[in-house]
Amino acid sequence: MRNIQMQVNGKAVAREVPDQRLLVDFLRYDLGLTGTKEGCSVGVCGACTVLLDGQPVSSCIVLAVMAEGCEITTIEGLAEGDRLHPLQQAFIEYGGFQCGICTPGQIMASKALLDANPHPTREQIREWMMGNLCRCTGYYKIIESIQAAAEGKTGP
Amino acid sequence: MNPFTYTEPVTIDETLATLTRYGEEAKLIAGGTGLINLMKQRLVNPGYLVGLRRLSELAKISFDRGLRIGALCTHRALETSPLVREHAPLLAEACRHVATVRIRTMATIGGAVAHADPNQDLPPALIALDARVKLRSPKGEREVPIDQFFTGYYETVMQPDEMVTELAIAPAPPASGYAFLKFLPQTADDYATVGVAAMVAIDRGRVAGVRVALGAAGSTPIRARVVESALRGQEPTPRRLADAAAMVADIVDPIADFRGSAEYKRDMAVVFVRRALAQAVARAQAGGRGA
Repeated sequence: MRNIQMQVNGKAVAREVPDQRLLVDFLRYDLGLTGTKEGCSVGVCGACTVLLDGQPVSSCIVLAVMAEGCEITTIEGLAEGDRLHPLQQAFIEYGGFQCGICTPGQIMASKALLDANPHPTREQIREWMMGNLCRCTGYYKIIESIQAAAEGKTGP
Repeated sequence: MNPFTYTEPVTIDETLATLTRYGEEAKLIAGGTGLINLMKQRLVNPGYLVGLRRLSELAKISFDRGLRIGALCTHRALETSPLVREHAPLLAEACRHVATVRIRTMATIGGAVAHADPNQDLPPALIALDARVKLRSPKGEREVPIDQFFTGYYETVMQPDEMVTELAIAPAPPASGYAFLKFLPQTADDYATVGVAAMVAIDRGRVAGVRVALGAAGSTPIRARVVESALRGQEPTPRRLADAAAMVADIVDPIADFRGSAEYKRDMAVVFVRRALAQAVARAQAGGRGA
């Protein structure tokens, strides 16, 4: 067991966890942040994408102890009060999700993209998002949602 | 995953002391993208996991009579590094084709080398670049040419008390060109069906230097020496490139899987070596390196 502390969505958290605790389990079960989903468990599908010091990672193949002292951002950290993040708003308005299981990962991956490259081309979006699988949308709506958020075409 | 004890040393000496103390019971972990999955499947069950992320001195890229790349540099760092793009564009391109950005954010070059998965992309790229692997143990330091580093499936010349600290890449010769081709008939984040890295230097119309390496074509990354010697000193005509590429069929030993039969992969090795040579030659003739 180890005591670990990190910043999660801007708040300092500290817990005692077994050394083999995965980051996704730490977020979901130790912190109750169940917005992050676990899909394939081998780092391929992108459902568990969170930001570690601003960079997208598969939280199912990262040990919680390896995130000790880092800043983690999850889907729960995007909205400001009742105001959704522009990406969340865009995914709603442009049909970027259907069943929703991949959506937290899609939005965290696209947030990392827009943080690094605020005005990506369609091709750059496709290349960056290639590792976030969706079995409903056929991807077109996800790409449109990200483009809309990048262009500020969301909200009232 | 079986339970283990995690430690996180802050110096290389402390890391090596930990490794020596626990011997085969200990595993080093950098990004963990390879090791964690092996541990989840209980194929590897270390009693002690030694985290390397505090060794920031190993996360640097510099140029000093050649590129020096710290073992903890991530694929993403290499892919986006101006120094790597300038001096080893082949490596930057190979990194860009590894898995997804989430993996490249975590996975390190030292990990890719020590993991020794023959299906990965960096080993053939590093063989084509004539890289040297710097290893450190409590007894001292040694350098191993990367084409002598891999000994089998997930096996290398490393001793249990050694760690990879750096990859060194000499400057490319003038009028040289590279190619990195990854055949991906299924998805863009897949392992290659066959991967080829090539460097060709041209001097007065003839092949002055050539290195060709393949991934996903056998139990180790493969340096295609037979192809190289067929080309050295020759004019790189399409016919000569094709004849030389055909020789690779005898030295690859691919396994059948859902990406193709062994026969298919052997045929594709020939095709992609030929294409890689043509691309590298064209770039060399156009003025060298990335041109």
